[in-house]
Amino acid sequence: MNRVVKAIDRFGRAKFIIAAFLFILLMIAPIYGVSRVSTINDVVLRFAMNGVLVLSMVPMIQSGCGLNFGIPLGLISGLLAEAIIMEYNWTGAAGFIAAMALGALIGAILGIFYGYLLNRIKGDEMVIATYVGYAIIYFMNMMWLGLPFKNPASVQGYAGEGLRVTISLDKYWSHVFDRWPSFQGEGLVLNIPEVVNGQQTVQNLRIPVGTILLFLLFCLLIWLFFRSKTGTAMTAVGSNADYARAAGININRMRQLSVVMSTSLAAVGMVIYGQSYGFAQYYTAPQFFMFPTVAAILLGGAVLTKATISNVLWGAFLFQAVLTMTPSIINSAIELDISEVIRMVVTNGLIVIALTRKVRKNG
Amino acid sequence: MPLLEIKNVSKDFDGNVVLKNISFVLDEGKVLGLCGENGAGKSTLMNILFGMDVIHETGGFQGEVILDGESVSFKTPVEALNAGIGMVHQEFSLIPGFTAAENILLNREITKNNIVSSVLRSEKLKTVDMPAVFESAQQSIDALGIKLPAESVVSELPVGYKQFIEIAREINKDNVKLLILDEPTAVLTESEAETLLHSIRSIAARGISIIFISHRLREVIEACDQVIVMRDGLIVADYPTDEIGEHPIGKIASWMTGRTVGESVADEARDLTKEKKIILSVKNLWVDMPGESVENATFDVYEGEIFGIAGLAGQGKLGIPNGIMGIYPSTGEVIFNGEPHELNNPRKAQQNGFAFVSEDRRGVGLLLDEPISWNICFNAMQIQGLGIKKYLGIPFRHEPTMNEVADKYIDELQIRCTGPQQKVSNLSGGNQQKICLAKAFCMEPKILLVSEPTRGIDVGAKELVLDALRRYNKERGTTIVIVSSELEELRSIADRIAVVTEGMVFDILPPSTKSAYFGLLMSGEKIEGEVI
Ligand SMILES: Nc1ncnc2c1ncn2[C@@H]1O[C@H](COP(=O)(O)OP(=O)(O)OP(=O)(O)O)[C@@H](O)[C@H]1O
Ligand SMILES: [Mg+2]
Repeated sequence: MNRVVKAIDRFGRAKFIIAAFLFILLMIAPIYGVSRVSTINDVVLRFAMNGVLVLSMVPMIQSGCGLNFGIPLGLISGLLAEAIIMEYNWTGAAGFIAAMALGALIGAILGIFYGYLLNRIKGDEMVIATYVGYAIIYFMNMMWLGLPFKNPASVQGYAGEGLRVTISLDKYWSHVFDRWPSFQGEGLVLNIPEVVNGQQTVQNLRIPVGTILLFLLFCLLIWLFFRSKTGTAMTAVGSNADYARAAGININRMRQLSVVMSTSLAAVGMVIYGQSYGFAQYYTAPQFFMFPTVAAILLGGAVLTKATISNVLWGAFLFQAVLTMTPSIINSAIELDISEVIRMVVTNGLIVIALTRKVRKNG
Repeated sequence: MPLLEIKNVSKDFDGNVVLKNISFVLDEGKVLGLCGENGAGKSTLMNILFGMDVIHETGGFQGEVILDGESVSFKTPVEALNAGIGMVHQEFSLIPGFTAAENILLNREITKNNIVSSVLRSEKLKTVDMPAVFESAQQSIDALGIKLPAESVVSELPVGYKQFIEIAREINKDNVKLLILDEPTAVLTESEAETLLHSIRSIAARGISIIFISHRLREVIEACDQVIVMRDGLIVADYPTDEIGEHPIGKIASWMTGRTVGESVADEARDLTKEKKIILSVKNLWVDMPGESVENATFDVYEGEIFGIAGLAGQGKLGIPNGIMGIYPSTGEVIFNGEPHELNNPRKAQQNGFAFVSEDRRGVGLLLDEPISWNICFNAMQIQGLGIKKYLGIPFRHEPTMNEVADKYIDELQIRCTGPQQKVSNLSGGNQQKICLAKAFCMEPKILLVSEPTRGIDVGAKELVLDALRRYNKERGTTIVIVSSELEELRSIADRIAVVTEGMVFDILPPSTKSAYFGLLMSGEKIEGEVI
């Protein structure tokens, strides 16, 4: 018994409870006429879509800048890059890669300023990050209207200026990597027979191979970075800044580098998200990523000063599973829409728990 | 009836057994000395008594604790406090920005009614009666026999005083029956420790029982009625102090280690000032270190020398190495090896061959959440590229090399751990100290500044550390500057000893000088023309 408890503790209690809950949901799904295959299909897709966004939390956590509630800064960098590349009518995989590269660049530039700001308010990073996150969204609301974009696919039809709220990427790069290696056609789709509602059906399980590989590639790069000399120094800054300073590390520079990395990654993550989703969403859309992304990495087992790639993988997977499975299965089961409630409780609950832990450690 | 009885207490951390069937009794108003090597399990036993979180988080303990005839098992320190147990931990737990008085009465402020609280009958809304707080705190401080105004702000006080404030906080609670002091004298100079021992005796005379942990065995013999020695989680000796017999210190030391511990073989002090060149020349050094500020210190250190720095707490002896290494802001002129040394730049200092062991091991000395191998190798890795392997021109950490280096020092300094991957926060205090030393040794410095190197280290390990310092000095010619509160330690290792008072180097003397004269100097008096 004790050994089981210990094994669970090592895995993480929150993670274990959520995983068990999801497993039960999946088991009972057929009772309520929900297809298991299509449920898994959704989870896999959203895991691939959101992965890099969750990964973008890692550098700032590791350097001691805390949870990046300022992620919208990176998101708008990605969105801006998408609009610019579309303006030049780059399409397909080339357009997608160009948008990621440009997004990363814009993110890096904004990250330099953001990092400078966070270095001036050490100790209150997360509060200021939240302000920055909201401020940039509202500032960009004006910019999306005002910037001189001309491409008819992206500007609002009746006025001829100002970006649309939702831009379809169909003619540009939607699903190009999802359907890799063919880049066209349907990509990897498994046809799985399943009995749903008493009827024999064939369900599609679509595996977004290219997007998953891309996500894993970024995970590998970040993993390698944290095994490098600089990555080691960054980790030390997060563990104990006084120690790092005494060892001759420039703390401010390490923190700034981490902010640049996080912001760039968030920009790339946004472009990848658009690719899988098929749309780029402007205006207030970025704010819906703030808390869920933070909550995802916490669910994966990260704490305020330590996050690993395994936290990212578990977090992206479990959190997206909660988001997709609760609406379809629970709503069919109790015929009442409580999925939003569950989502809010899980998201905000995780963040509150993480923040109170910090207080306990300090106090 | 005994006040405290411990029956068959055992404890393991994840299968690693650190306490095995511990049983003893302690009577009312008696002082119990608890001795044992680093990692013997002393702090763990006290944490169990005090209901600390680490114990529950790691699966609790087996056995029984009986306090005042009742079997108790505290879930939190608050429960232990309410039952009359006070504890001063191995590491400080004061709030730096508060005054001594506020720290002493924290959460137990003396309150008086105001209109709102009288009407609402609320405890929480009462006004804090500040004069009463200060008066009560002052009484507790005075009871310890030190001169310190209760209004002093803690962050500006020298470490020695902080220790007294922690004790004052515990005895200020009126229900306290048992006071646990985990290495309270480790940061004190002999004279300060003397004062503390007096206070301990007078607290005990008021009927309060005390458990006193120390690696300074002389203090244990002096202050305690009963001595318990632990080794590897077992009690190997439990005697009333007056029944130990002849040579009590030697006996206790051999019980602790399981072998006979030789007296420290002090090398003959050398006079290198004639034959060697000056390697480090410090002129008009000012260091802004809270509680240990240096004001205009000037001295020279000769190549290959072991240079000791002594002084009372708060006089600035700790500020000197901290300033030279750039940990605290400093100004002045420092020449190293004939070249001007850049102040306020820790990286430059280490690149030029300096290494530093800080007295503040939890603050700047260790990465508590990282493994031993990281802690030992980190500085050498960042500065000199130790444990680095390049792939495609990019420097990466090479864990096997780091583990190898860590293993070497674990062996050499006999660090008690489960391996190079163990987290440093899980080591005992003394073993953490050894990690700090290993970190500096691993840089193979030209000059090594060590601040309180043997703080919290047991007798056996102390010899080990001092011998290691001597060996590095002899074999590699490393110049060593050693700052210590323990004059005897300095006298056994140093070639010359500087005495620091009021932030200045007051005098530099050979270690053969009489201790009484050192004592006089430390308190700021000099007898002109005194022939030593
Ligand atoms: N939280 C923990 N997790 C795992 N092991 C621990 C933990 N705390 C202590 N230990 C181990 O328990 C043993 C006893 O440690 P303890 O701190 O009680 O020693 P000590 O006698 O107080 O030593 P010192 O004189 O160095 O302070 C050590 O081997 C230490 O590594
Ligand atoms: Mg201890």
